[in-house]
Amino acid sequence: MSNASTNTSKKTDEVAIQLNGVHKWYGQFHVLKNINLNVQRGERIVICGPSGSGKSTLIRCINRLEEHQQGDIIVDNIELTGNLKNIDAIRREVGMCFQHFNLFPHLSVLENCTLAPIWVRKMPKKEAEEIAMHYLERVKIPDQAAKFPGQLSGGQQQRVAIARSLCMNPRIMLFDEPTSALDPEMIAEVLDTMIELAETGMTMLCVTHEMGFARKVADRVIFMDGGEIIEQNEPEEFFNNPQSERTQKFLSQILAH
Amino acid sequence: MSAETAQNARGSGGASLFSDQRFRSLFFQALVIGLLGAFLVFIVYNTAHNIEKRGIQTGFAFLDAAAGYDIAISPFMEYTATHTHGRVFLVGLFNTLLVSFLGIIAATFLGVFLGVLRLSPNWLVSRIVYCYVEFTRNVPLLLQILLWYAIFLALPAVKQSITMFNDIIILNKRGLIVPEPLPGDGFMLVPVALVLALFASIFFARWAKKTQAATGKIYPVFMTNTAMIIGLPLLAFAVTGFPLDFAYAELKGFNFKGGVVIKPEFTALWFALSLYTAAFISETVRAGIQSVSHGQTEASEALGLRPSWTMRLIILPQALRVIIPPMTSQYLNLTKNSSLAVAIGYPDIVQSFGGVTLNQTGQAIEVIFITMLVYLTISLLISGFMNWYNNRVSLVER
Repeated sequence: MSNASTNTSKKTDEVAIQLNGVHKWYGQFHVLKNINLNVQRGERIVICGPSGSGKSTLIRCINRLEEHQQGDIIVDNIELTGNLKNIDAIRREVGMCFQHFNLFPHLSVLENCTLAPIWVRKMPKKEAEEIAMHYLERVKIPDQAAKFPGQLSGGQQQRVAIARSLCMNPRIMLFDEPTSALDPEMIAEVLDTMIELAETGMTMLCVTHEMGFARKVADRVIFMDGGEIIEQNEPEEFFNNPQSERTQKFLSQILAH
Repeated sequence: MSAETAQNARGSGGASLFSDQRFRSLFFQALVIGLLGAFLVFIVYNTAHNIEKRGIQTGFAFLDAAAGYDIAISPFMEYTATHTHGRVFLVGLFNTLLVSFLGIIAATFLGVFLGVLRLSPNWLVSRIVYCYVEFTRNVPLLLQILLWYAIFLALPAVKQSITMFNDIIILNKRGLIVPEPLPGDGFMLVPVALVLALFASIFFARWAKKTQAATGKIYPVFMTNTAMIIGLPLLAFAVTGFPLDFAYAELKGFNFKGGVVIKPEFTALWFALSLYTAAFISETVRAGIQSVSHGQTEASEALGLRPSWTMRLIILPQALRVIIPPMTSQYLNLTKNSSLAVAIGYPDIVQSFGGVTLNQTGQAIEVIFITMLVYLTISLLISGFMNWYNNRVSLVER
């Protein structure tokens, strides 16, 4: 595995996501504790940490799949509050891929991709289909467009999910363990797609344990544990010279195999 | 016969014909068919013999004979005791169809409503629905029919009738009496307008879909069509100068004369059937909605689709696949359960034709045969329709 970062960062000084003192509780359980995080436009961030550390919850707060109870989240200069208009506006700009793909099984691959552009962007069907085909080509499955999700392999499904998000032309992409439910050879095809996406300058937040991907693509790696950000650094520094004990322990466990 | 030689070679004893798998299965099938045939021959012979011995008439001539008894409820056609048994059949059939049809509609609306409420995050609401469902599902339908009938019969007598809206609507133990509409000249325009509105709304829905595909513009199809279907007939009604009079019921002697009487037998049966079946349908609807994983909602919302669109475009199409097949059996159950009408004297096909006519003519074979054929036909029509609908919404997968 190459240790060299591909160094194609398109990071800018413009702020894409801003989290100030974010707290979240599930009942009594304190999931997110005082999260402060600034993401620049074009920055690629990998979030890792043991399960239950709050990393999924963190990125799900960014598009309001989860509600935070304290602190401010500002996405694309829009403040995330209870205001439904703001939530709609943010969701239009933020794409998301899930661990279990969550494709719509009653719609064909093409219809999965055109649904949101047609209903949310109010796009003519033909235009939406052209855009969908463009992105399906980019994730290298244009020939599967007429099939239904159940007819595809896991890797193909996740690539369709990525294409489906891209069809909305988002400025930010969130990935919630996109390869955790896949076989090894399928992980590679999805990661390749994500690497290509990173090279286009997309702002990306990715919860993953694919450390090779982190080294290759990330501008910054964040380590979370117990609902807190324990450590964040550039990948080289993060992997070669982890500061905190918990990070060292986690890395030794995850890199042992 | 290589199998046989192989068996011999292994020395598993003589290869008797009876240990041959194919022969054995053929033998037993032939045996069953033979016994069944013998039984049928016996039944037919025995029946024919008995009918002849007792001098019971056969054939369908009784359908043209005068029935000689009254039927209390015949909303669709004139019926008096001088009409034929054939007419009784029609009256009973329409009464069965009426209560089944209205029951299916009421049970569907109530059931879907309750099913959605059952999933409410509001603890009290979902508990109340839960209690309703469990109570209604677990008490025999016959008891519920008797309960509702008892309730309606416990209403005040004629002289103490409950009246509403200035004596326009009257409620007593003989039923609910509402004014009888008397359409005047030009009233025909209203149903014509309704039919036109229905066609126009189908056309508008198609046009809106096409326009959306072409330009991306989204029209409020549901609102427009609802407005059209309600508005156009109202407009026609107004333009023709409200050509509708009402005949109000009046107390004359010991009873009300005039108006339309909705009898307690009908209401009790309709209530009981609808409420009972609604409980089952609500469970079906709940299961259907819950069968769609939460990830679907999340994916849809993450794409920016509003909750109402998520429901319509993502959740419902998937839930319907799960809901429709059991819903079909609930519709069939309701229709067949309507024959419990016999318990409270609602003249459905079993009570009138299958009951009184059978007793009077004694032609049990013909009457039961016709009645069974009626239920079979209705049931097959319902399941045929539901299968067609199910095929329309079913999922293409693999």
